[in-house]
Amino acid sequence: MHHTLEVRDLHFTYPDGRAALRGVDLFVAPGEKVALVGPNGAGKSTLILHLNGILRGQGEVRVCSLPMEDTNLGRIRASVGVVFQDPDDQLFSPSVGDDVAFGPLYMGLPGDEVERRVSSALAAVGMPEAGGRVSHHLSGGEKKRVAIASVLSMEPEILVLDEPTAGLDPRGRRGLIRLLAALPQTMLVSTHDLRMVGELFARTVVLDQGKVVVDGPTAELMADAALLAAHGLEA
Amino acid sequence: MHLHLADRYRVGTSPVHRLDPRVKILLVLTYILGLTLAAPGAWASYAAFLAVILTAAGLSGLGFAYALRRSYVAVPFVLAAAALPFTVRGPTLSALPVLGWPVSELGLVLFLSIGLRTWLAVQAAILLTATTAFPDLLWGLGALKVPPALVAVVGLMYRYLFLAGDEALRMMRARQARAAALPGARPPPVVWQARVAGRMIGSLFLRAIERSERVYGAMLARGYDGRTRSLIHFQMSARDWAALAAGVLLAAGCLGLQGAT
Amino acid sequence: MPASPAHLHIPDGFLSPAVAALGWVIATVVLALAFRQTGRQLGDRMVPMMGVLAAFIFAAQAINFPVAAGTSGHLIGAALAAIVLGPWASLVVMTVVVGTQALLFQDGGLIALGWNIVNMGALAAFGGYAAHRAVIRLTGDHRPARLGAAFAAAWVSVEAGAVATSFELAASGTTDINLALPAMASVHALIGIGEGLLTLAALTILMAARPELLRQEEEAGGRGQALFVLTAVALTLLLALAVPLASSNPDGLQAVAQAQGFSDLARAIWAGPAANYLVPGVGDPARATIAAVGLGTLIVCGVAIGLGRLSRRGSRTAG
Repeated sequence: MHHTLEVRDLHFTYPDGRAALRGVDLFVAPGEKVALVGPNGAGKSTLILHLNGILRGQGEVRVCSLPMEDTNLGRIRASVGVVFQDPDDQLFSPSVGDDVAFGPLYMGLPGDEVERRVSSALAAVGMPEAGGRVSHHLSGGEKKRVAIASVLSMEPEILVLDEPTAGLDPRGRRGLIRLLAALPQTMLVSTHDLRMVGELFARTVVLDQGKVVVDGPTAELMADAALLAAHGLEA
Repeated sequence: MHLHLADRYRVGTSPVHRLDPRVKILLVLTYILGLTLAAPGAWASYAAFLAVILTAAGLSGLGFAYALRRSYVAVPFVLAAAALPFTVRGPTLSALPVLGWPVSELGLVLFLSIGLRTWLAVQAAILLTATTAFPDLLWGLGALKVPPALVAVVGLMYRYLFLAGDEALRMMRARQARAAALPGARPPPVVWQARVAGRMIGSLFLRAIERSERVYGAMLARGYDGRTRSLIHFQMSARDWAALAAGVLLAAGCLGLQGAT
Repeated sequence: MPASPAHLHIPDGFLSPAVAALGWVIATVVLALAFRQTGRQLGDRMVPMMGVLAAFIFAAQAINFPVAAGTSGHLIGAALAAIVLGPWASLVVMTVVVGTQALLFQDGGLIALGWNIVNMGALAAFGGYAAHRAVIRLTGDHRPARLGAAFAAAWVSVEAGAVATSFELAASGTTDINLALPAMASVHALIGIGEGLLTLAALTILMAARPELLRQEEEAGGRGQALFVLTAVALTLLLALAVPLASSNPDGLQAVAQAQGFSDLARAIWAGPAANYLVPGVGDPARATIAAVGLGTLIVCGVAIGLGRLSRRGSRTAG
């Protein structure tokens, strides 16, 4: 069966000695929408950084059947669109349009194709007129949308988002949830927002202390209060 | 919550706004070069240069006085030249009332010329940034063969300037909030103050380094390979070429008026 | 954005075209080298690192501390950057800051930008770096020595830029070197003390949180090249500016100009703002200040070295 993401027995220890991942297994099939939850320090962000090769640990990581090797990094990064927690870290170009164009540009696409992708990505996140704006004038919710657009423009096979609703006010959060519901891509979303998980994601993976402790239907997990509490979660 | 770092760009659709950024950059450089080449005391030239910049300001839709009002930034440094009227040897004009220092005509002419030129040059630069969005300005510099790595670094710096400025502002406000002074107490010594400020700077430095690592990760995630790439944003139109030619001719004309004083 | 009050940013109109052009030539060469070197040092990290750190320096320059009677001190940052990142990276960062200050905030001219980059970038970064290396080499790299070296680096970086600026202005005929040099050197000797205190304190934070950063810099290569460039820049500067100053024979200049039938324009290009006028030569006050600045540099570095050595001896006997 073709998997978009395959992680087998992944181990990773930070240079300062902190063991962040202690044997993680994860398989995501095309079209799935999966939530990744767990307490702070569980290793969620670390795991995400392994999915596009920014961190390299021991074990096997494959993206769209490509093994995580230097020669595949370009294609892998085009296939996995990672949206990090702090949009300010990802909006690093002088204008919004430049940021959304960055990905396709570095993929080597011709100018008019890049422009087309920029327009459609901005439209997909509901900000079609934002191309000329400067990032620091955007609101928190708008920045998150542009960050998502900057990754959509690469037309990845899977979207990986790290804490997308963190720091948003209720309106911004609702808007983002609506956006995620509308996007057709395969998704892996790391979050503390269990109410959003219940709304959007049929499958939930619980990571705790660097290992996967639960991997199954969201409904089952939400019904098990003891299990939630054991891993620092609250429905 | 911005630390004086207001965007200098004023949105507009005037003919000046719509000029290719390369043309605007070249025009400003030509203007300033022309100013620099004008000899001291060439009042007719300076008047012509002033007329040019006022016309440009008018054409930009920002009003004649726009650049004028903001040109006071030049003032402090002009004081550096303030000694000239008193030190340059030559026929004296008069003497200062109280101090009795002789004021030489040549020195005065020199001082006024320098002041005028600085003032005019600053206005030209102000107009440039007011009519050109910074991303476009950067693109223009890159298109004019400024090395791409440099342009990329400036672009990134610009983007994070406001964030860094906000962080600094928040730190200073936090410091203020803890800077209670009881009546009668002596203010803390300068060295201690410097140490506090220095530690704030050290913290900011740390945060910047960590942020730069995250930004690097985000760039890698979108396929960054170390080379700078950008889209072509502007094409030169006939109007752009005409404006460029006109500007060069005007500058030459203003210079040519030197002998007319 | 209020400028760093050291205010070495020369506006347009103050430098003669010849002097300004020389500044651009030096700036271009040094910058090209710096980018190549920094690219080698940082690889594809260069753009994000230099960009974000330039933004940091900009913001750090806004942090103030009260000095006296309502005035405040600010950081310039070239020395701090040079100690943590190396002189080449510091030059890149300071160039971006100075260039943006000129372009966006009209703090410093566009034609004068060449020299502003050299003064506040190259001379500040390399002067500071050289002082730092010198002190460390003569005292060892234990903590008090590092702090002393940092102070010396900061002071020298400020003073170097100030001295150079006054020479550039004088060579353009904008000021009398005998006034400008003592004035700028003395004011910046004080500013340098502030820079030293700030740099020192900032470094203590960095040493505590990320000591490996500083160790990385120590071990990085390119040291010989750095000093070579510093010397080359300094020598070029001195030579190039000494020429117009030495030719403080204005009558000679006039005579030549008239004899060759130079137009006003050509004369303006050569002698700049002082065309047709008398250019005061290097007199005693200027020479005295040069000597004072040299002495001051030796004192600052010497004190740092002495304290460093004493503390090392002290820790040895105590240990």
